[in-house]
Amino acid sequence: MLLVTKKFHNKSEFEFMKLFAARNDSFLSADANVELSTDKSGSSARKEPSGPRHASSFTPSPAAMQPTSLEQVQATAEPNPLKTCENLSTNCVMFLSSLGDGMNAYVAYKVSTRTSLPMFRSKVFSVRRRFSDFLGLYEKLSVKQSLHGCIIPPPPEKSVVGMTKVKVGMDDPSSVEFVERRRAALERYLQRVVSHPSLLQDPDVREFLEREDLPRAVNTQALSGAGFLKMINKASDAVNKMTIKMNESDTWFEDKFQEVENEEQQLRKLHVVVDSLVNHRKELCGNTAVFAKSLAMLGNSEDNTALSRALSQLAEVEDKMEQLHQEQAASDFFIFAELLGDYIRLLGAVRGCFDQRMRAWQRWQEAQSTLQKKREAEAKLLWANKPDKLQQAKEEITEWEARVTQYERDFDRIGMTVRKEVLRFEKEKAKDFKSQIIKYLEAMLQSQQRLIKFWEAFLPEAKAIA
Amino acid sequence: MMAFSSLRSVSVDLNHDASLLIDIPDALCERDKVKFTVHTKTTLSSFQKPDFSVPRQHEDFIWLHDTLVETEDYAGLIIPPAPPKPDFDSPREKMHKLGEGEATMTKEEYTKMKQELEAEYLAVFKKTVQVHEIFLQRLSSHPVLSKDRNFQIFLEYDQDLSVRRKNAKEMFGGFFKNMVKSADEVLISGVKEVDDFFEQEKTFLLDYYSKIKDSTAKAEKMTRAHKNIADDYIHISATLNSLAADDMTANKNLNIILSLQKVEGRVASDQDLKLTELLRYYMRDIQAAKDLLYRRARALADYENSNKALDKARLKSKDIPQAEEHQRQCLQKFDKLSESGKKELTSFKGRRVVAFRKNFIEMAELEIKHAKNSVTLLQGCIELLKSN
Repeated sequence: MLLVTKKFHNKSEFEFMKLFAARNDSFLSADANVELSTDKSGSSARKEPSGPRHASSFTPSPAAMQPTSLEQVQATAEPNPLKTCENLSTNCVMFLSSLGDGMNAYVAYKVSTRTSLPMFRSKVFSVRRRFSDFLGLYEKLSVKQSLHGCIIPPPPEKSVVGMTKVKVGMDDPSSVEFVERRRAALERYLQRVVSHPSLLQDPDVREFLEREDLPRAVNTQALSGAGFLKMINKASDAVNKMTIKMNESDTWFEDKFQEVENEEQQLRKLHVVVDSLVNHRKELCGNTAVFAKSLAMLGNSEDNTALSRALSQLAEVEDKMEQLHQEQAASDFFIFAELLGDYIRLLGAVRGCFDQRMRAWQRWQEAQSTLQKKREAEAKLLWANKPDKLQQAKEEITEWEARVTQYERDFDRIGMTVRKEVLRFEKEKAKDFKSQIIKYLEAMLQSQQRLIKFWEAFLPEAKAIA
Repeated sequence: MMAFSSLRSVSVDLNHDASLLIDIPDALCERDKVKFTVHTKTTLSSFQKPDFSVPRQHEDFIWLHDTLVETEDYAGLIIPPAPPKPDFDSPREKMHKLGEGEATMTKEEYTKMKQELEAEYLAVFKKTVQVHEIFLQRLSSHPVLSKDRNFQIFLEYDQDLSVRRKNAKEMFGGFFKNMVKSADEVLISGVKEVDDFFEQEKTFLLDYYSKIKDSTAKAEKMTRAHKNIADDYIHISATLNSLAADDMTANKNLNIILSLQKVEGRVASDQDLKLTELLRYYMRDIQAAKDLLYRRARALADYENSNKALDKARLKSKDIPQAEEHQRQCLQKFDKLSESGKKELTSFKGRRVVAFRKNFIEMAELEIKHAKNSVTLLQGCIELLKSN
């Protein structure tokens, strides 16, 4: 369950946010913090006990989590229906900074965490972070974790245009929407990170959540939205150019990769159409508002009193309809469109971890071929009878034998991890989509119910025309 | 051939007098031309048969309207507005675009879009039949106009009217039409109004016309936006369909999206019929009322001129009897126009109020009905999703 807290700019936004808040079954404190239940990081599928968990049940490092067999992978991937355990929740509040001015101004986000996990210094804390900090976290994680084949959630897109407007201090609705969109996206990003059992253990994540002053992240240019996808695609190209084609004993990986690619395609298409829906609904808003005004003018002109009043009432109903359309457009956008956007990026990340596996295989193959070369060299030396060089050759062979073994083990391990990650991702995705669609439909339901009230109030006015 | 039940959305109290009942039971669309079947049932002896039908084109209706406008005797009446030309441009353009984009969409999406377009064609078709029918029914329920000779010819003449049409055009040459073009100036230029009633009507109608014209245009835009949204839902459902292969949830979503789309489409077309068409029709009707005012203002101007001419004749002591006769005739014409004009404008008010009431009630009831449908759909779907 996702929730946002922010400074409310006007009443209608507040109403809109309350709409979301009402969806949550969890605790709702005064400033609307919501607990987010994290993924179980235990290694077996058992029902969650409610209440805070203890440190001892926490698996301390990613290595210990690696299952040794395929059955275990399947077992840990089983969905856990009773997520009543809340051991960490984090959310992201917007907080406009007064530091810097003009183009140097930046938006600082307040990241609040509530947790019972002993690895943190306190139970409730918050820090200030800026957008580049989030990108920096991603960079650190992807460098470390992707080698294991983890799916690292990607951060939201950078946007020069959007940010410039905000910096210049424009208080128009599109700037407000932009910042809200970014804040919600950052919150979702963080929640995905902390709900991943391995990533939660990463010290960089802990530092991000806890540390007061985080050193400025550098090299974040490449890591925003478009840059991120470009990176993934470049990596894919490199893999495709591999001369030695992998001989898959298990078609699972090939099939799954194809599935992922197809799904990404479809989601992109869907995103385009949903964008069109959002725009048309915004257009409808504008047209309805304009029409309402025109109808009010007509009502003023009308000389029959009852009809004149009915026309004015109808103009008011249309005004209310405009309000409804606006809320619906926001719902279309924030719930539906953003969900699709997130998953298009996430599927890119999934592809990324498949590529990691290929690279691991490649490394292994290369090591094998190097070993082969060393052995051939050794044979040559034997024949040429050069005892001192022979010793060195034998040492190198030992070294490379070890490497081959290591890389083979790495490759198998990554394979296991990728499988596990993908299964976990699919479960999370199904859950996410389901909950978002429910939210979307519930918002629509509320909207329709209010619509009924408006028209039912108008009906007697229409009947009163004489 | 298509059969329609007469859905009179914008006018009321028509076609109740059994002595002359008119309807358009079907129409045929041949490329660009629409052929209406005009069916008459009458007890009047002035007609040759009690029950008969003739085929008519849109141009025939225009001819009838124009001859009525040009008839001096009817100068004091509000001539029902001519039905607008059948306009299939919008769905035709969309059909063309759809054909071009066929390659980029799935077979299902294409089929659904085609169905929607066919529904749009049908809606335009229904609207044009309706508006032609109402025109005839306004005439048949008018005490004076229903007796018009040309009206009878229109209803009865079983040959092609186009020959007659050509002759008429040559005769009149759009004389009155040219006059009406500068009508606003005539009205506003300040021929001194002697009657309070007409002074008020003039002010009211001029103002109301510009406002209703504005509202009509804005209502049209609103309806178009609704239609666009309904189309978007089709594309969404098509894409969800491709995603739905393994995901059960997506299948359910697909159904809900399809149903929502149908509802959205229905809302759009109902709004179009009850609200936009209403405003559009009365905009034209008010124009017809304004035309009456113009004719009366013209008659007043003629009368004033005849007075001046009489004074001049008296001064010159020449042609006094002719001038007196001319003045008397002008006055008579003006008085006749004023008297009948007053009656027409008063009944027009009543008619307008009743029509607005009927349509507003129907529109509100339809909106409520559609919203209740949506609510049931949504509640069902949410239940289903949550229970899994």
